[in-house]
Amino acid sequence: MSAQLNLSREDFVSDQEVRWCPGCGDYAILATVQRVVPKLNIPRENFVFISGIGCSSRFPYYMNTYGFHTIHGRAMTISTGLAVSRPDLSIWVITGDGDALSIGGNHFIHCMRRNVNLNVLMFNNRIYGLTKGQYSPTSEVGKKTKSTPYGSVEQPVNAISLAMASEATFIARSFDVHTNHLGGVIQRAAEHKGMSFVEVYQNCNIFNDGAFKDITERSVRDDRVLELEHGKPMLFGAEKKKGICFENGVPRVVKIGENGVTEKDIAVHDETGENPAIAYMLSRLDYPEFPVPMGIFRNVLRPTYGEIVNEQVESVKAQKGKGDLRKLLRGTDTWEVK
Amino acid sequence: MSGTAHKSSEEKSSKQVKPAELSGGDSKATLEELDTVTIRFAGDSGDGMQLTGTQFTNTSAIIGNDIATFPDFPAEIRAPAGSLPGVSGFQINFSSHDVRTPGDVPNVLVAMNPAALKVHLHDLEKNGILILNTDAFTEVNLKKASYKSNPLKDGTLSSYRLFEVPITALNGEALKDLPLSKKEMDRCKNFFALGLMYWMYSRTMDPTLKWIESKFGKKPDIAEANRRALKAGYNFGETTEMFSHHFNVPQAKLTPGTYRQVTGNQALALGLVAGAQFARKSLIYCSYPITPASDILHDLSALKNFDVKTIQAEDEIAAIGAAIGASFGGQLGVTGTSGPGLALKSEALGLAVMAELPLVVVNVQRAGPSTGMPTKTEQADLLQAMFGRNGECPLAILAPATPSECFFYAIESLRIATKYMCPVILLTDGFLANGAEPWAIPDIETFKKFEIKHLVDANNFQPYQRDDKTLARPWVMPGTKGLEHRIGGLEKQDITGNVSYDPENHEKMTKLRASKIERITQEIGDTVISGKSSGKVLVVGWGNTYGAITTAVERLQKEGKSVSSIHLRHLNPFPKDLEKIFSSFEKILVPEINMGQLRMLLRSKYLVDAIGYNKVQGQPMKISEVKKAIEELL
Repeated sequence: MSAQLNLSREDFVSDQEVRWCPGCGDYAILATVQRVVPKLNIPRENFVFISGIGCSSRFPYYMNTYGFHTIHGRAMTISTGLAVSRPDLSIWVITGDGDALSIGGNHFIHCMRRNVNLNVLMFNNRIYGLTKGQYSPTSEVGKKTKSTPYGSVEQPVNAISLAMASEATFIARSFDVHTNHLGGVIQRAAEHKGMSFVEVYQNCNIFNDGAFKDITERSVRDDRVLELEHGKPMLFGAEKKKGICFENGVPRVVKIGENGVTEKDIAVHDETGENPAIAYMLSRLDYPEFPVPMGIFRNVLRPTYGEIVNEQVESVKAQKGKGDLRKLLRGTDTWEVK
Repeated sequence: MSGTAHKSSEEKSSKQVKPAELSGGDSKATLEELDTVTIRFAGDSGDGMQLTGTQFTNTSAIIGNDIATFPDFPAEIRAPAGSLPGVSGFQINFSSHDVRTPGDVPNVLVAMNPAALKVHLHDLEKNGILILNTDAFTEVNLKKASYKSNPLKDGTLSSYRLFEVPITALNGEALKDLPLSKKEMDRCKNFFALGLMYWMYSRTMDPTLKWIESKFGKKPDIAEANRRALKAGYNFGETTEMFSHHFNVPQAKLTPGTYRQVTGNQALALGLVAGAQFARKSLIYCSYPITPASDILHDLSALKNFDVKTIQAEDEIAAIGAAIGASFGGQLGVTGTSGPGLALKSEALGLAVMAELPLVVVNVQRAGPSTGMPTKTEQADLLQAMFGRNGECPLAILAPATPSECFFYAIESLRIATKYMCPVILLTDGFLANGAEPWAIPDIETFKKFEIKHLVDANNFQPYQRDDKTLARPWVMPGTKGLEHRIGGLEKQDITGNVSYDPENHEKMTKLRASKIERITQEIGDTVISGKSSGKVLVVGWGNTYGAITTAVERLQKEGKSVSSIHLRHLNPFPKDLEKIFSSFEKILVPEINMGQLRMLLRSKYLVDAIGYNKVQGQPMKISEVKKAIEELL
């Protein structure tokens, strides 16, 4: 590690006035990111924040780093090109549930499977905010919005499950109102080499206020959130007496001390498991049947896209020698005209 | 040129050479010298006609003919065998003098089955040479080709010099003791036909024998089968008494130099590599497979030792997104596609215009709209390139006129994109992309290196501060200390680049983006006029019609007609001398393979009464067609 850069939160605050609605969950996420990035000991000029379109996508304007506010759904494509051309940078994608999962759904899948070295923070508020309140791909069935006055008829997509199916190497979830947890997850995401996907439950207090309050309110949180910790039993509840166990591969909520259940019966979280099946199963747990898992679902290592692309260039150079343009233009068959 | 040069021996005075002097063989046929020949090979799409044509082309180029080719194949990879839609053709025009088109009318048609005959016979010149694989003229195949009676017997072919050759049987006989299946043997029959044509036009077999060795060296039986098929075809020509004549087309008097054969797509890929080296940058080519642009991706993906990185993206939008990201990172982002793909890239092109980043978008045009005719050529994306985006969204458009020019304009598009910090659309098309010609390999030392500067000085830095001469904004690489800034698709405040909704600022920025593109006229030299600088008719062309237009105009000039031509390579902005040139001619004719797109632009910009000659058949323009269109105006 290089010498300490001694950067602080203030170094990452831009001169632009923040223009989200007062009370928006985005403020807390911005503050958390600005608190975490100085700890990474990466020079400020090596940070690039790239976004698509939507409320969340204004984010880069507020970070005093390099930034690119691009077009709807395409932030991951632009980031892929940047990561290939500049593997030295710390590239962050700021996106939303509509931007990443609807218009950008195709890029989401392919960016994940390529393991592009990016930190993708997807703010999920289960609504289209910037276009003033239409249902999004994560809105629940029956959701009444401006474009679904009789309720949404569509099955929502689970971002964590999709990321898992798309072979992302780091997959996590956190939420706006628990900034300590969020900060910890974001820091781990930044430290992970490869695709880091973080879904952040974020409250839109204008168009979908309280979308997550049943889970995230301080008064109920202990019982309804399962904080995943690597190597530790999956316990929750104020007394940590409730837990998840797997019976014949099926998850179940159990209480320690009831029906002979002891802590040994509780499943231990392994974020590095080679087989993603258990992590996938965790991604399906949802309130009210289960507590909602927060934290790191999966954290495995695979060579990154930028690395492999650049290594291939180097290995072909080593094999064939540096390209000779003159020879290349000649091709294989030439003839002389005198 | 073609269509007139290859008359039967009775009507053509030609130099007679004794066969022994050239071939040294046993042939009883008289050797006749010709200056230009157009051959069309046609067969099933699984018959290997493209390979046959390519081999004939390579050999003809290597022995010093000038050449131009036109591969014309269906989009179906293997349409039902023997069917009309499955017919694949390859036309080559080879000559002892300068040729610029693949020839209007074939002098020779080699048809491997009835369907190929049916599709192509009407193009063959009267009294032209027709070589048929009679083994394929079975009742089943005749039916598949919708022949009601056998054309070999019903007089349909009486006005051609017909040679009936049982190619499948002769080929099978030559290969019979090889440990191959009948199917594998039959697959070599195209090389029998190739060998026969090599004999008929006095070509050496060596380049093809060399190719067989390199291609099938690891499969000795297949290699041997192809060698035998080729030689059997050649020897059949030499020993049969079927042919009274065979021919020689001497070397062309090309400008001295080292030559190779090149297609438009190959030249374009080479140009991108060369341009990146002149810019001392990595080339990052991002593309989604699409006909007829995919070969550029194939070529570039093999050139990693030239610091070329290729990304085969998940879709067209991802491809341009990645290219923009690469350019934002300070390298050369390029994306390549064809018309439907360009449509998908529109929004991202707007982002590149707004963000003022360098970007090259190659559009190998094909016949549209929608999926259209993917393997057929057209020039109908000019207006899409010009206007196909939301908002006032100007960018630069370049269009090479020949396959080898694709090399130079690929370099030029990278130079302009980086100098003016703007997207450049490079318009080629299926005909240029797949057509081949000899190319005098340029000396790379004669090319200027690009002067690319990345701003590193943080003093008074403003992201949208402009260069006085080019109006380009600075290209700052992320990672440069002290120059951290944000860009994006929202309207920018002049100079600072901050988001702005100010009404007057938006108008100012709209005009600035337009002026910047207009400044590119500084890069364009004087327009070259073929012919006199004033007169009755001026023919204005762009892109692949160059050969047909220039040749037609030269022929009319020889006839003493008052006609000149110009061929535009810069379509946005136009060269600055066009208005003056137009004013010196009475009439302006614009031949295009579209419904009049350049004509529309010229009429609106210069208020000239330009007349169109338009053909939209997915086929290149013929010399005779352009000539006739000009004659109607004289």
